[in-house]
Amino acid sequence: MVRYGKTGVGVVLACALALAGCGGAKVGDTGSAQSGSTGDCGTFTIAVNPWVGYEANAAVLAEVAEKKLGCKVTKKDLKEEVAWQGFGTGEVDAVVENWGHDDLKKKYIDEQKTAVSAGSTGVAGQIGWYVPPWLAKEHPDITDWNNLNKYADLFKTSESGDKGQLLDGDPSFVTNDEALVKNLNLNFKVVYGGSETALIQAFKQAEEKKTPLIGYFYSPQWLLSQVKLVKVKLPAYAAGCDAVAEAIACDYPDYDLDKIVSKKFADANGPAFQLVKNFKWTNDDQNLVAKYIAEDKMSADAAAKKWVDANADKVNAWLPAGTK
Amino acid sequence: MAAVAVSGVDVRRPSRGVVVALVVALWLVLWALLKGLHTLALGPAQLTPLHQSLNDLNDAVGAGRNSNPLFLYFFNEIRLVIDEFVVFLQSLISQPAFGRPLPLIGWLGVVALVAFVSYAAGGFRVALLAAAGFTFLGFQGLWQESMDTLALTLAAVVIALLFGIPIGVWAGLSDRFNKVITPVLDFMQTMPTFVYLAPLTLFFLIGPASATIATLIYAAPPAIRLTAYGIRNVPGDTVEASESLGATRGQTLTKVLLPTAKRTIILGVNQTMMAALSMVTIAALIDAPGLGKTVIKALQTLDVGTAFNAGLAIVVLAIVLDRVTTAAGTRVERARLNRNPLAAKVRTGGLVGGGVLTAVAIWLSYTYVWAAEFPVDVEIGSSIAKGVATATDWVQTNLSGITNGLKDFVTLVLVDPLQSVLTGSPWWLVSAAVVAISVVLGGIRAAIASAVCLGLLVATGLWQDAMATLASTLVATAATMVLGVVIGVWMGRSFHADRIIRPVLDAAQTMPAFVYLVPFLALFAASRFTAIVAAVVFAAPVAIKIVADGIRAVSPTTVEAATASGSSTWQTITKVQLPMARQALVLATNQGLVYVLSMVVVGGLVGAGALGYDVVAGFSQGQLYGKGLAAGLAIVVLGVLLDRLTRAAAARSGRV
Repeated sequence: MVRYGKTGVGVVLACALALAGCGGAKVGDTGSAQSGSTGDCGTFTIAVNPWVGYEANAAVLAEVAEKKLGCKVTKKDLKEEVAWQGFGTGEVDAVVENWGHDDLKKKYIDEQKTAVSAGSTGVAGQIGWYVPPWLAKEHPDITDWNNLNKYADLFKTSESGDKGQLLDGDPSFVTNDEALVKNLNLNFKVVYGGSETALIQAFKQAEEKKTPLIGYFYSPQWLLSQVKLVKVKLPAYAAGCDAVAEAIACDYPDYDLDKIVSKKFADANGPAFQLVKNFKWTNDDQNLVAKYIAEDKMSADAAAKKWVDANADKVNAWLPAGTK
Repeated sequence: MAAVAVSGVDVRRPSRGVVVALVVALWLVLWALLKGLHTLALGPAQLTPLHQSLNDLNDAVGAGRNSNPLFLYFFNEIRLVIDEFVVFLQSLISQPAFGRPLPLIGWLGVVALVAFVSYAAGGFRVALLAAAGFTFLGFQGLWQESMDTLALTLAAVVIALLFGIPIGVWAGLSDRFNKVITPVLDFMQTMPTFVYLAPLTLFFLIGPASATIATLIYAAPPAIRLTAYGIRNVPGDTVEASESLGATRGQTLTKVLLPTAKRTIILGVNQTMMAALSMVTIAALIDAPGLGKTVIKALQTLDVGTAFNAGLAIVVLAIVLDRVTTAAGTRVERARLNRNPLAAKVRTGGLVGGGVLTAVAIWLSYTYVWAAEFPVDVEIGSSIAKGVATATDWVQTNLSGITNGLKDFVTLVLVDPLQSVLTGSPWWLVSAAVVAISVVLGGIRAAIASAVCLGLLVATGLWQDAMATLASTLVATAATMVLGVVIGVWMGRSFHADRIIRPVLDAAQTMPAFVYLVPFLALFAASRFTAIVAAVVFAAPVAIKIVADGIRAVSPTTVEAATASGSSTWQTITKVQLPMARQALVLATNQGLVYVLSMVVVGGLVGAGALGYDVVAGFSQGQLYGKGLAAGLAIVVLGVLLDRLTRAAAARSGRV
């Protein structure tokens, strides 16, 4: 037995040497230019919140910071609350698409003083009630809240009993829908889908199968380039109409989606911070990159590179003075 | 004890079933009269003072983080050690390290090493399976992601065992300690991870340490429980014999207790690994590297195919780890019985040869690119993704009419009535009825436990949500048991069926729920029913396996005797096999319940609302944090209530 063992080892060694003989490239041979030029940018950590539009912002910023400023960029996949916590612990430098979140602003900017605002991303956010396009076409008056009660029966589901269902969803965003339904005397019941995935799937299917659906949604969102959801008109927003949560009877405000950075990062005022501060684009720009990712199934990095290469002017305007 | 005995005699004259039916009938009558009174409803955005103070506590911890010595010198040290450990494992197999563009050991080395370890621990067949499985990960185009997941899982498992086995031994030796630790373990297993994910990053920062700790909180309990169970089950006379021979306590432990309990302990290790793998997707929400990220990213764009491919990689990892540890367990058993010198020699030869082969493979994968980086041109992952996407599209388009009808029907006849009784009754009526049922089924002690749990539910401020969740849980558990009995009996009676169905069950248990939620949403829309189906998919495999084992354990001679005396197959099953497998049925119900409850939060993501949604929202919105924590506690309390009640009922009826 032992002899067989030895023979085995011999055979194995012979095979190994033969293999090594035909060789192939060695690890580290291909002059890995990984370390490249780091410049004076240092490291730059971006939080990546879990939705495609955010990913588009983050990927484009990362691409520019890496290629033009020579920063070493780390992207961390985090939920909002966790990302903001990271400002204080020094583990996150920037959140690059923030939807309101006044509670977080109060906690981390005003109270703990670990974060500061870095201005608008130029993208306008809108929250509201939406219906699939086929429904708006068939019943044009359905897009006015005054007529919703007339159609309540249409929206009945197993979850809403004898009322119409208003599908709410993403728990990450503040919703006033419960108060809205009550204060506008709508014969609807708010049903909590519980995730963005549930909302997207519901709207997508409603359009495909021409089934009635009304629910909470928002723009910009990649689905809107596939399915042109129609916004339902609610009583217009006026400053202060959402002051008392239980009494809200008006539409959601428009959100100026902004950037938040850690105080340390802002105080250091390095090139990466300058870039984040200057970064500003439009809904169309973001939608395009989001489309590359969501529909064309490109990786976020590849999508960002494609956009950056095609938009040198816009990118140059973001670069800190002296690096252009 | 006397009280238990007395009440046992009291209620036995009219049978238990009749008494329970009477209690329920009375409840229904009172419900009809009192509907909507004292239901303790709380709107989704409303908070109680308890929720508010939990918020404040969370804020205070966050604000004091950088100055508190506990953080500076205690949590930071733990974090450093764990971070270093995980990063070390990653630099071995998954991440570029030591100035190299690739990890130290490439795919060839890892495959060889895994095969070698499997051979040493199990045998030739599992080694082959392990090598094939790991190579498949490379074909899927997910080599690096899989290795990241493996590194993190191994780190969590190693740390869990480092603490878990000594704690388990202690719990096995001391009744007192066992009583203290059991509720802690229940808590660790039923508290939804979403509740402690965000606070963990406050204590241990964002990074491998937090992800590892989140994983091991959930994964350590099985190792502790099974170690304790193994030690406890060592026959008393073996221990006595060793003591009478003059062995010290330490010697008895290392020479008698641990070796005899080895097989059960290995089963614990196996369960811990499976539990750790089931945390992969959730840990990705706090930046845990690996396959979980692929799943979450794919779902943001409803890319079911890609999510499935990554989920499949998790299933493959789970099956390999499961089979290897199981084989290790049986080997331990066989090695004890079989001492054939020839077999031992073959094995030694194999180990030496395999060892050299592995060393060579590792060296090759360290040196040459072809052995380090999995070749990309043989990738089949995208074809898998495309195939799955086409299949789900077809199912969604063609079946959603039927499935929605099914959803509406079940909701109308089962879920809605049950929920309206539970949520529409005054809280004291529900409590009184549950306590009364507990007395009948479990005795006074069970009734006291139920009363305490119900009181705690009221205290969380989420009574009505808890009742809504309870309704769905009961329906899901009932469905789980129907499947458990039907398929379990089939598998228990037919080895063929067992062989085909078992891998499907393994896949259903380890495939991350996130992957099948999207098609489920298409089939059943966002609804309580969707959540119930998801829970059944996860819980039924456990129930089925337990029932199948129970049926198989019924002695063949009894079954033969029944068949010989002219019983039909149906009679044999209902009159002989099922009654004799009663303990297994009870255990299956109990485990089914626990598994269903662990899916409550996932249900919250697909329209279940209630406690699941409260937890999810608490994780996502700062001002709802306290409420989410309270909802997590409510889920734990529901779990304890149902677990203790089923166990007490089983123990009681078992004695009669």
